[in-house]
Amino acid sequence: MTRLERAATFVRKRLFGSVLDGIITVLCAALVVRLAVPVLNWLVLDATWTGTTRADCTGSGACWVFIRARFGQFMYGLYPTPERWRADVAGLLLVGAIALLAWRGLPGRRFVGAAAALVLPPLGIWLLAGGLGLAPVETRDWGGLMLTVFISVYAALIAVPLGVVLALGRQSRLPAIRLISVVFIEFWRGVPIIAVIFLASLLLPLILPQGTGIDRLARAVIGLGLVIAAYMAEAVRGGLQAIPQGQTEAATALGLRYWPATAFIVLPQALRIALPAMTNEFIALIKNTSLVLIVSIFDLLGIAQASLADPAWVGMSMEAYAFAGALYWIACFALSRWSRRTEARQAARGFV
Amino acid sequence: MTAGGPPPAPPIPRELRAFVRDKRVRDLFWQAAVIAALVALTVFFVRNASQNMVQAGLASGFDFLWRTSGIDVPFVLTNYTPSDNILSLLWVGVVNTLLVTVVAIAAATLIGFVIGIARLSTNWLLSSLAGAYVEFVRNIPLLFFVLFWYFGVIAALPGPRQSIGLFGVAFLNNRGLTIPVAKDTAGLLAALAVLVACIALQALLAFWARRRQERTGRAFPVWTAGIVLVGVLPIMAFVAATLMAEWDVPVLRGFNYRGGFVLIPEFVALFLALTTYTAGFIAEIVRGGILAVARGQIEAAKSLGLTPGQTLRLVTIPQALRVMIPPLTSQYLNVLKNSSFGAAIAYPDLVSLFMGSALNNTGQAIEIIAITLAIYLAVGLAVSAFMNWYNARVALVLR
Repeated sequence: MTRLERAATFVRKRLFGSVLDGIITVLCAALVVRLAVPVLNWLVLDATWTGTTRADCTGSGACWVFIRARFGQFMYGLYPTPERWRADVAGLLLVGAIALLAWRGLPGRRFVGAAAALVLPPLGIWLLAGGLGLAPVETRDWGGLMLTVFISVYAALIAVPLGVVLALGRQSRLPAIRLISVVFIEFWRGVPIIAVIFLASLLLPLILPQGTGIDRLARAVIGLGLVIAAYMAEAVRGGLQAIPQGQTEAATALGLRYWPATAFIVLPQALRIALPAMTNEFIALIKNTSLVLIVSIFDLLGIAQASLADPAWVGMSMEAYAFAGALYWIACFALSRWSRRTEARQAARGFV
Repeated sequence: MTAGGPPPAPPIPRELRAFVRDKRVRDLFWQAAVIAALVALTVFFVRNASQNMVQAGLASGFDFLWRTSGIDVPFVLTNYTPSDNILSLLWVGVVNTLLVTVVAIAAATLIGFVIGIARLSTNWLLSSLAGAYVEFVRNIPLLFFVLFWYFGVIAALPGPRQSIGLFGVAFLNNRGLTIPVAKDTAGLLAALAVLVACIALQALLAFWARRRQERTGRAFPVWTAGIVLVGVLPIMAFVAATLMAEWDVPVLRGFNYRGGFVLIPEFVALFLALTTYTAGFIAEIVRGGILAVARGQIEAAKSLGLTPGQTLRLVTIPQALRVMIPPLTSQYLNVLKNSSFGAAIAYPDLVSLFMGSALNNTGQAIEIIAITLAIYLAVGLAVSAFMNWYNARVALVLR
């Protein structure tokens, strides 16, 4: 078959298989044209790309000048401009560490990973918050994409270890530990995340000793971390349940006690199986970081929303939403594709 | 130091060693240790909280529920007024939350099923369009949709004088959606009673038909009867009730609509956001459920001579439903929890009314947060219990 013939077969079979099929195709095509043409016109063809002020936007399309003028804010919030290199360095460290660990041939990959997990989080906080030789920057000035990444990463740093412990607790032989884990997991999964963020910002300062003065952003991160930990626990449980009982029994027969058997035999296999599900929870976390808007912390979406109040740029809501939405979409879509590929690769290798 | 090393340790009695190594004792010890640690942590938190509250002069207890609320709510379905107590305010929040949840679930299920089935179509264009929708919606925060619909779309609608009319009885503008309401609800309630009676009758009929088929092997057209009984009759009753009732239809007077009931912009935006977002997730559940039905089942049905309609009714749908119910339940509970996103646009739901306004007025954070979370947990547990019961009913019976 030539390419032309294949195309003809495709059109005949997949687009015009029957009369009804043909009608559906025509209707869908009409819908696409009606939707796509104005959207494309607005996004690209009629849009204004260059200029500096609102007055430069004369076309009927999007005014991307607005995004250009506010790009710094969308990325860093109100982080002082001379200090923004610190956020860049922190971001580069994060990306570099992930890239390094993604390389399978890395010598001593486990140790590099452990070292990164120990060293990078405090380093990141030092870079962003300052102190010890760097000019301090208050968290109230943090914002934009930088804050979205910060909250996602640090909430995940709480959620993943806690989730693993909770999942193990839920599978435990000991009834009291099982009960505590189940209650903890079901409680956090049963309440809205917005309510948890409210709760964390109101209750954390109340239940800590006087004068602890816990930071506003830290409260939100802890709240999000606790909720996502409960969801992570369920993802990990799926992996744990996929490990045959024989693995634990074999480890016990070899003389391993509970913790060594769990750490060296069960968890490495379970986490590998649970990785796609855990990635999906991480995607949910990225999407939910935007909720910190409710306690006046402005991440990417919050900054986009806040920027609409600028009297110099009235009526730019569509531009702001389109830009923020596109960034979220790219990040989440890429992660979900990666998670699906991991899953397919595991299935091909005979896991699950 | 003249002694040659420490004196030899007295030997540990065998019984003690055996006791310490006993698995039951160890299990008890670890459980007791974890519980003790949790209790200690709780005591620590509670003591700090009571000290902090004394310091800040905060009251405690639930007396505040009977205090006058004084909070004006823009969207009330009950007969609440600001001079009522805070308990009534809580009830307004619960009703508003449940209202938007139920309406959004219904709409999202409908759209989700259509998109999920469209995604499985052999028509390439249709399935790609459905796929594009799902991929678009699932990878963007719900808050984005809430803000987009509220600030981007509803706020940009024309004013009342240039309203978008829906069938000439409902009007959409930047002040919300004005819908007609029935002045007397007797007819509508009667129609509702007809619906309930028909559903009960259908259940009885299905029960009888199954018994007869098991006994005699003669099939009864349960589905046809069901369409007439649950579909046609109640619709006729509702149409009749609608035509007979006197309606308060909104009309434009001067600069705004008079009459009817106004669904505030916050409600419309939250409803649209929840629906568009959740529909994407339900579509995936529907697709997964249908794909999970083994191909051999459908082929077997065909070779037994079942018509395509029978195959769908008797083979595909029951099996797909079984796969779909657990994830659908968690999706429905997500809608309940996600309705709290209304707090971002000040839709007066449970969280924004109670955890927001009432908390600001009274300052009783612990009590208010406990009540709010308890309500979500109670509704969530009730729904899960019902769904587990239903799930057990439709579960695979291995013979």
